[in-house]
Amino acid sequence: MSALVIAEHDNNELKQATLHAVTAASQLSDDVHILVAGEGSSAVAEQAAAVAGVAKVLHADDAAYGHGLAENVAPLIVSVAGSYDHLLACATTYGKNVMPRAAALLDVAQISEISEILSADQFVRPTYAGNAMATVESIDAKKVITVRATAFDAAVAEGGTAAIEAVSGPGDQGLSRFERHELSVSERPELTSADIVISGGRGMQSGDNFPLVEAVADRLGAAVGASRAAVDAGYVPNDYQVGQTGKVVAPNLYVAVGISGAIQHLAGMKDSKVIVAINKDEEAPIFQIADYGLVADLFKALPELAEELDKQGISREISGN
Amino acid sequence: MKVLVGIKRTIDANVKVRVKADESGVETANVKMTLNPFCEIAVEEAVRMKEAGVVEEIIVVTAGPEEARQTLMTALAIGADRAVHVVADQDIQPLAVAKILKAVIEQESPGVVILGKQAIDDDSNQTGQMLAGLLGWPQATFASKITLGDGEAEVTREIDGGLETLTVKLPAVMTTDLRLNEPRYASLPNIMKAKKKPIDVKTLEELGVDAAPRIKILKVVSPGKREAGVIVESVAELVDKLQNEAKVL
Repeated sequence: MSALVIAEHDNNELKQATLHAVTAASQLSDDVHILVAGEGSSAVAEQAAAVAGVAKVLHADDAAYGHGLAENVAPLIVSVAGSYDHLLACATTYGKNVMPRAAALLDVAQISEISEILSADQFVRPTYAGNAMATVESIDAKKVITVRATAFDAAVAEGGTAAIEAVSGPGDQGLSRFERHELSVSERPELTSADIVISGGRGMQSGDNFPLVEAVADRLGAAVGASRAAVDAGYVPNDYQVGQTGKVVAPNLYVAVGISGAIQHLAGMKDSKVIVAINKDEEAPIFQIADYGLVADLFKALPELAEELDKQGISREISGN
Repeated sequence: MKVLVGIKRTIDANVKVRVKADESGVETANVKMTLNPFCEIAVEEAVRMKEAGVVEEIIVVTAGPEEARQTLMTALAIGADRAVHVVADQDIQPLAVAKILKAVIEQESPGVVILGKQAIDDDSNQTGQMLAGLLGWPQATFASKITLGDGEAEVTREIDGGLETLTVKLPAVMTTDLRLNEPRYASLPNIMKAKKKPIDVKTLEELGVDAAPRIKILKVVSPGKREAGVIVESVAELVDKLQNEAKVL
């Protein structure tokens, strides 16, 4: 009963997402391995070997895997899958892209974005934008699984002493090639792993007003998010989006500013520990799930909030990255 | 070149779903059903490709019960040329849908296949990737921009840190993200015209597909309810509560 976690990385650094998948894998098996597929990715293999609870690292280093193309990585997963009962990745865009392809090549179903493990073949996963929790049982011999990061703690990144074993796979399938990245540059913590998230919605009225949100975020060491309305209106880039079609977050504190609270948005944040809503419309649905609600004009409330935090001497280091 | 679009009939995105008392699923009787929003974007993209003169014909395909015919009619009214309805009454999961689409694709030989990135009912986000794997074709998932070229396509994808652009060989499978386009409304004349467009009905037996579910749904329950919160009167009170009551600051 071994479990294999597919590592997510940029050839230099192991992503936090991998650590969440390791925790899920360790609930399924005492023998957790990590597959690092990349190019010039020895540093990542070493980081993976240091993760607590990991018994072995499979390292496939080849130009074909440098950009994580699903056409090349999925056959590699299949080629090493033989001895594993569970194959897991975090439900990030990387995991969502590659895992179903591998599952189809293995002729097994995939269990997407699990939030709880009940046994080796029974899992809980959210459906209908988180409005219905389904308990499912897989009858396939191998389980291909993606894991909802916010439902599993991150494994400890150090202390492990796993052996690194070089493996090779089928290589470049010649179907696709990487052209370029346009990555958002941010000094703030990553949305999905931040301890505090503050999000703006349509009520922000313009991207020019987001500095009001950022001023509070800076004092709290928080990540900045947005509703789909704010993204569609062009206030912020789309990777800020929290919701069913964006990112799912579950921070200790989520502050929703000028967000009405549509089902789609709630699906991405309603598992947050404490939810604060600031909205001038007292009928806004967001108040039905908020622990603390403030009915106020955000253009007055946000500067006041920044000032009050200063007055109380609240200044937090960025954490959660 | 032909484009094939796989579509799904789902509960309308604005409906607040209710879990059945016997925990067997969600209530679907007398609930408004529509074309899954991501599928709508896929149909729109296909129509734009045809309008740009890069594809000649648009075929829409769905697998589902008799009522799914209505969803095909919606896609035909948006601008698809003809439809294939694979009639199936049981629970059809993504792996089975991928196998059904593969069988139809082998008969139709499209140059490009477009699906939505996920259905808003099961939230799986699998079918397009599985289909591409089964066909041995490249995949371009979460597409926010598609440019069809000669034997290749350049696709910009929405990824966690921003955007990524890939070139894929055709034929390929693509899945749509929200920002790919703004779907049009079907006009009344087009809704009337859609009624005359052909819908080819097929069965799983004809396609030779075993659609038996691999995942058993044991129970479906409502998520835990959050306790009602309090309305605070001022920013100072809010900060005080967050510090001293919730202890999150």
